[in-house]
Amino acid sequence: MTWTDLKSDLAATGYVASDDLAMALHLSLELGRPLLLEGAAGVGKTQVAKTLAELKDTRLIRLQCYEGLDAAAAIYEWNYQRQLLSIRAAANEDASSEEIEERIFSDKFLLRRPLLEAIQQETAPVLLIDEIDRADEEFEAYLLEVLSDFQISIPELRTIEATTRPHVVLTANGARDLSDALRRRCIYSFVDYPDRTAELAILNKRNPGIEARLAGQIVGFVQALRKEDLEKKPGVAETLDWAAALSGLGINDLAEDPVALQASLVCLLKTQADRAAIPAEVAQRLAGKAA
Amino acid sequence: MPATRFPARAGGTAERMADFMAHLRANGLPVGPPETEIALKAFTSIRAWDTTEARLALKAICAGDADRFARFDDLFDAFWLNGGRERQGFATREECRTKHRVPTFGPGVDRTARSGERGALDQPDGGDDSGGAEQSGEGRLVASRLRNIEKVDLRELMMPEDLKRAERVAERFGKTIRDRRSRRRKAARRGAQLDLRRIARTSVSAGGEPIRLLKRRRPDRPVHLVALLDVSGSMTVYARVFLAFLKGLMSADQRTDAYLFHTRLVPISDALRDNDSLRAVNRLSLLADGFGGGTRIGANLTQFNAQYAAQRVNGRSVVVILSDGYDSDPPGVIAAALQRLKKRGCRIVWLNPLKGWKDYEPVAAGMAAALPHIDLFAPANTLEDLAALEPQLQRL
Repeated sequence: MTWTDLKSDLAATGYVASDDLAMALHLSLELGRPLLLEGAAGVGKTQVAKTLAELKDTRLIRLQCYEGLDAAAAIYEWNYQRQLLSIRAAANEDASSEEIEERIFSDKFLLRRPLLEAIQQETAPVLLIDEIDRADEEFEAYLLEVLSDFQISIPELRTIEATTRPHVVLTANGARDLSDALRRRCIYSFVDYPDRTAELAILNKRNPGIEARLAGQIVGFVQALRKEDLEKKPGVAETLDWAAALSGLGINDLAEDPVALQASLVCLLKTQADRAAIPAEVAQRLAGKAA
Repeated sequence: MPATRFPARAGGTAERMADFMAHLRANGLPVGPPETEIALKAFTSIRAWDTTEARLALKAICAGDADRFARFDDLFDAFWLNGGRERQGFATREECRTKHRVPTFGPGVDRTARSGERGALDQPDGGDDSGGAEQSGEGRLVASRLRNIEKVDLRELMMPEDLKRAERVAERFGKTIRDRRSRRRKAARRGAQLDLRRIARTSVSAGGEPIRLLKRRRPDRPVHLVALLDVSGSMTVYARVFLAFLKGLMSADQRTDAYLFHTRLVPISDALRDNDSLRAVNRLSLLADGFGGGTRIGANLTQFNAQYAAQRVNGRSVVVILSDGYDSDPPGVIAAALQRLKKRGCRIVWLNPLKGWKDYEPVAAGMAAALPHIDLFAPANTLEDLAALEPQLQRL
């Protein structure tokens, strides 16, 4: 499969990828390396992993990172309560302590968390490690180890080797600088807001019923809005929401009903300051330009 | 489309690729043999003779962050499609930037600098990088760009991106000084230790079985920063960078308090906390009326003690004073004010931009009087100095 094939496959599954992204994804699949995606919120980084899972017809295992994420929540944990009950139950059976220990530290008592689960699948899953920059640096270092060897050692049990190597997709949006070591292990792509044609293609793909003229207006408006000085720029998801909202309101032309347009902007502008930054006149000007 | 010209000596793709990596490395991208290897492997799974494909593939492999990602196309063109030129683009841009950074000498500090040079005494004052300004590097390697900026005296840092860097250094500074753990342990949802006392208590209802494991951890006891910035005439050249520094401290911890002083003391925490940087600047300039005038450190510290210290300063505070110590009040006033401030149990850090100059002696009467009451007296005339403070702050 070449990267252009991959690109058209992605498009058929509903994801319009840029050349950069399609090539990065292609290489990451070919070379078996993790793919690191950076970019603003709402440009479709997470969606890449979801689409890839759909395309490969495999499971998507997702690990959402947050501050304070530790190995117990990401890799494995012993089911302590169950172990305790098992010990209590064994007290009447008069089994030796070695037997009990063997029993309670077996697979049955292991709670698998995303990373362990991902390397034990029959078919290679897509492992999405979302917002890696939110996790602590210690976790990043641990992740490096897992991603390079694809094995996890559990002291009480054994070292678990990967049955299949998952396709790893990491996303980050710059909450913290990632280490160079992690960056160098990965194939990198920076995902930017789509340009006009790409966004139009996305809108048509996701919302096939939409009228061509309105679609053009919507995309033009959102593209113009991103150039304004906003705290949070509307992402692709917001565009799609807004398109759905407009068709729900029965609006066929942005210029036709200023009040409804202004009201529907709640789909695009998500903070108080941004709402204030785009008063009705500005919205009208943008709509006029987009038409 | 221009064809790639292979020099006669090139042995093949592998060697050319290694050359390309060397080219990237010379332009500041951290790539090496592993990247060469992946790139060669990648070329087997794409149509490597197509320039676009090769470009996209190499970009995905070699560009590690957004900045390099944006720059990569130029570097690619320069190497593969250049026709023999080397190191264009990035290197020249860098030169331009250095040229802009002509030192702007201010009256007060200038004198000190010159006298130091003319005296030609080569006894450095304290650290090895003290004469930072003398080495302000023009002819340095492009790859060592970060270091270069750090060595330049703060007065030359007037470019917006440098100010941003100052903010980042400050953020790190703020975090180091702030992150403190208590020695005690408190109950918590997650933690390294078991809370045996609570486990015993809750296990009573389960017939003595410790079904729920409760944890303890050492709670954070954040240090509270109070920054006092001198913006008198002798300090104006540093003022912008230090303001950026304060803004950085602010974004590291919103509870930080900041004050400006010249002949009066002005609280500026609210203005700096403003998310809208333009509005923040406007508010600041309204407040900073008197910027660049005379200094009355002693009187201002006394006022700070009387007016703000009672609410703002306690045993968990670190008071950072950014000043050169040239005071028009009698030195006894500073000493008395600092002594009184010290009684609140806080730590006092004095960052003096002059201390970084060669042969600096705290001869200014105010500074000499202040020294006995200060926990840490450190230079602050290069960003590197500020960054180097981290370990010392940790010990405070």
